[in-house]
Amino acid sequence: MQTRLTVNGEEAALDLDPRTTLLDALRHHLKLTGTKKGCDHGQCGACTVIVNGRRINSCLTLACMHDGDAVTTIEGLGTPGDLSALQQAFVDHDGYQCGYCTPGQICSATAMLAEARDGWPSVVTDDLTGAPALSREEISERMSGNLCRCAAYSNIVDAISEVAE
Amino acid sequence: MRPFDYTRAESVSAAAGQAADGATIIAGGTNLLDLMKLQVETPGQLVDINRLPLAEIEETDDGGLRIGALVTNSDLAAHPRIRSDYPVLSRALLAGASGQLRNKATTGGNLCQRTRCGYFYDTAMPCNKREPGSGCYAIDGFNRIHAILGASEHCIATHPSDMAVAMRALDAEVEIERAGGDTLTVPAKYFHRLPHDTPQQDTVLEPGDVITAVTLPRPPSGEQRYRKVRDRASYAFALVSVAAVVDVRDGKIASAALAFGGLAHAPWRDERVEEALVGEAPSAALFDKAADVLLKDARGYGHNDFKIPLARRALAATLIDICSMGDEA
Repeated sequence: MQTRLTVNGEEAALDLDPRTTLLDALRHHLKLTGTKKGCDHGQCGACTVIVNGRRINSCLTLACMHDGDAVTTIEGLGTPGDLSALQQAFVDHDGYQCGYCTPGQICSATAMLAEARDGWPSVVTDDLTGAPALSREEISERMSGNLCRCAAYSNIVDAISEVAE
Repeated sequence: MRPFDYTRAESVSAAAGQAADGATIIAGGTNLLDLMKLQVETPGQLVDINRLPLAEIEETDDGGLRIGALVTNSDLAAHPRIRSDYPVLSRALLAGASGQLRNKATTGGNLCQRTRCGYFYDTAMPCNKREPGSGCYAIDGFNRIHAILGASEHCIATHPSDMAVAMRALDAEVEIERAGGDTLTVPAKYFHRLPHDTPQQDTVLEPGDVITAVTLPRPPSGEQRYRKVRDRASYAFALVSVAAVVDVRDGKIASAALAFGGLAHAPWRDERVEEALVGEAPSAALFDKAADVLLKDARGYGHNDFKIPLARRALAATLIDICSMGDEA
């Protein structure tokens, strides 16, 4: 399958077996190994990337379904010399131990903050018709699709809270 | 994953035609691709319908809403009219899955998702749903998440959706286009099947049927709640869930619609429960009587015995919550 993707602002043309997930296209074909494969079944969130502005599990979608789409990975959010606000906050708050879930956590949190700015409610939002404030409880609920095997959750919430303010 | 051919549908009728010839339709794909990786599903051809114009939410002439089949769970949960007029649906959607999954999962796909029974997922095990006639190991096996109502000797699986439970309480209808161009509308009541002796059929959909939309009638009067009981605080399937639409007037229950998740092969609604409540003043004794009606034929299979008292308490807690709010309003 001929598939065109715009990844972190750069055009990529790939010829892929239809079975290739977006995750495998990024890691094995484009050599963008920042995005991690954890469970490969949509349960852990390590593979989270942002497609056309929305966070998704890249393991549970086929690359060919995204012909023409714009993908942002952890490599597109910042660089070692120019970290994004969330990347810097994860460093400052020690929001990781082994670091394997971190790219997915940061991609997920980046898009989650945009969802909150757009007024999306969550299941712990008291007033569905109001504008949600990002309490710790709200952040935990909205980030529940990203598991941290080291359980650095409290520091992850600290990092996201700082950027949310 | 087994090899497959991939095509992108040019129209609903083209997708229906290909599906009638044996192709499998893919929308969000969050459940289907998971099952394909495990070779529980092995389609030879995938038809991608994601670019079809089915992602709109429109007002209907009678004051309801028509939700396109490709509206994502995220967009539906965040829609202003759903949040204000159908909060039970917004809450049910937000109680399901994760933010990432809700961004991909669609309205039509959510209705078509398969059970999370461990035996269905394990191709080394017999399963009448996956391989008709091979047997059901859940009945005498690990059945903590399984059905207590409406099961059969062939299958005790549950339907995993939260969204469908809310839609059942709201009397939603499913719009379908058939191969050949016929269209039909199926009330939520009839869309999901009980297992009987054909558990391989989750719904009344036939090969070549494409869900095009779900319609909601005008917003019901009264208060709405979705209560979900699960093993984790977030991102877990329901052990028991209750979608409730209850109107309390002059101290009495004027109307009630109650649908349950986690109890059966389909979202479970028993009108006799609602009849037991209507016309009566809310009380603990009344709610207990309603639970007696709901659970009269309930049967546990060992690990899931706890669901019988849990369903009773979830119903009571939901009604206590919704009726006191109704009194204040």
